[in-house]
Amino acid sequence: MAIYLFDDTQVLVQGMTGNQGSFHTRQMVKYGTKIVAGVSPGKGGQELDGIPVYDTVAAATEKHRIDASILFIPAPFAKDAAFEAIEAGVKVLVMLPEHIPVQDAMAIMALAKSRGTIVVGPNTFGLVSSGKCKIGIMPNQFFVPGNIGVVSRSGTLCYEIVGNLTAAGYGTSTVVGLGGDRVVGLNFIDVLKEMEKDPETEAIVMVGEIGGSAEEEAAEFIKQNIKKPVIAYLAGKSAPPGKRMGHAGAIIERGKGTFDGKVKALNAAGVPVAELPFQVPEMIAKTLKK
Amino acid sequence: MKLYEYMGKELFAKYGIPVPEGGVATTSEEAAALTEKIGSVVVKSQILSGKRGKAGGIGFTDNPSEAREFAGKLLGSELCGLIVEKVLVEKKLQIDKEFYLAITVDGAAKKPVILASAQGGMDIEDVPEEHIVKMPIDVTIGMQPFMTREAVRRLGVTGPVGKQIAAILLNLYKMFSELDAELVEINPLVISGEDVIAADAKVTIDDDALFRHKDLPVVEERTDAEKKAHDLGLSYVELDGNIAVMANGAGITMATLDLIQYYGGAAANFLDAGGGAGEEQTAKALELLLSKNPKAILINIFGGITRCDDVANAFASVKKNMGIPVPVVIRLVGTNEEKGRQILRDTGIETYEFMHEAAAKAVEIARGN
Repeated sequence: MAIYLFDDTQVLVQGMTGNQGSFHTRQMVKYGTKIVAGVSPGKGGQELDGIPVYDTVAAATEKHRIDASILFIPAPFAKDAAFEAIEAGVKVLVMLPEHIPVQDAMAIMALAKSRGTIVVGPNTFGLVSSGKCKIGIMPNQFFVPGNIGVVSRSGTLCYEIVGNLTAAGYGTSTVVGLGGDRVVGLNFIDVLKEMEKDPETEAIVMVGEIGGSAEEEAAEFIKQNIKKPVIAYLAGKSAPPGKRMGHAGAIIERGKGTFDGKVKALNAAGVPVAELPFQVPEMIAKTLKK
Repeated sequence: MKLYEYMGKELFAKYGIPVPEGGVATTSEEAAALTEKIGSVVVKSQILSGKRGKAGGIGFTDNPSEAREFAGKLLGSELCGLIVEKVLVEKKLQIDKEFYLAITVDGAAKKPVILASAQGGMDIEDVPEEHIVKMPIDVTIGMQPFMTREAVRRLGVTGPVGKQIAAILLNLYKMFSELDAELVEINPLVISGEDVIAADAKVTIDDDALFRHKDLPVVEERTDAEKKAHDLGLSYVELDGNIAVMANGAGITMATLDLIQYYGGAAANFLDAGGGAGEEQTAKALELLLSKNPKAILINIFGGITRCDDVANAFASVKKNMGIPVPVVIRLVGTNEEKGRQILRDTGIETYEFMHEAAAKAVEIARGN
């Protein structure tokens, strides 16, 4: 089954003819992703390895069923591209770019919500249903099919955890990168909900980090709603207090956001927390034996 | 980017939010002249720290020579670890009541949020939750007048003062959205008779949106080394330990720091290298890391797009051409890792497959064992 992405998911690449866009389009195709079209304004009529390129998303949707789109678009233009995809009816939008202005991100999320579009990111590596469909920039070789669902706020750290799992013989069902920005689309709770329902997922690994309150909110949700085993890994135990936290930010969180606070919240929800990456497969082994 | 109080107040004035009469002084003479003109004043040092008052950076007087003396003492001095370059000289307000008013980004709600309290003046962290009004704003409709009336009602204010607060809130949101702010905060918002005045200004502009605000002043908060890294497209932060750390990605960088601490060490600095692996960029990155005189350098690369042999070649040629004065420990996995490790072994740099092994080794070297 997997979640969000399946064997037959048809994918559009916005910004396909650029340096990153073309490189990763080829990587995704190599992984088995069905890339059916690309969009690059002014390049309509061209092809990339036989994949047709269009000037606009609307033009691509006239010719193809598009289930999902991925943006390889510089941050200043990402809002326009995201709006274009949402208005064309794309249901899963993966936003790789980092440094998207937070007000643009809020505008994108508001529109996506009103149109029923799922947004992944911004500032994410993407997501993958292992062995079926990969939309993102993660190294192909680590994402082998299996029964562990992984959801992460951080990119390379997620590779690290998935790499540790793969080395220990645990494959993954679906791996979702939520994105590292303050305002992102999918959050831990959205993904946990889907993984709970997914028959292919036996256990869930959450990869979190200090700052914000996403892990605390997830812990509260897990307590009430998730029956499958969940384990967490948290980065940032040793990090010095953040520089960017203003007064108003601090009060929204109200003592949340610290490493200890997150561990406490997760433990209270029955979620064991690994402090070092290599502890994750050990915990999974223990959990699945029970 | 945080703005100084006086910059925030200049923007407030532009957006129709009342601020006290006053001016900025860079010399003690200017401070005296402003006091002469205004009368009873408050002299406030302009630094990006919230603890100015407690540190002695704020004073009251109605005497120009006292203002001269106080400003002279502040200007050029160090306060909360920062150098005071300007003071703001403003009319002293008669304070009947103090409110708190702010708009910021609520990441969980994915929306801007109004934060308001009738208990202003003190640190908002110390105000009990039940005394804070929180109202998320739907960006598709923006701030509408009815929302400001509701916020004022929840604050428990009526009459002309309530009307003024509502008007300020409307302008504050306009400023928040037009300037791509992450935070606009007035604390305290002072009620002085019939007048409502912003006695302080804390404004943070979204760094990622600065490209469309070329007209805003530029405030530099980073150290020279941090700025240099930023210009190179790297993210660099200085700490207090003796192990220099370089990794690719924010999360894995934090995880590396955690491991160093786990083994009893401490990082001197860290650099998030992103995807770059050229010789020139590596050389510049090493130069930055060495600026804190570390005892060891720990490199943690999980190569996805980045190819391990490129990383290895870059380090090998930097070592050969320029030399690296301290021991380097590298953890290298991912694309072309075998090739990469062989290149480094040939140059005499130790490599590891697991990050915890590499971290343990770096801590051991830094201890001098």
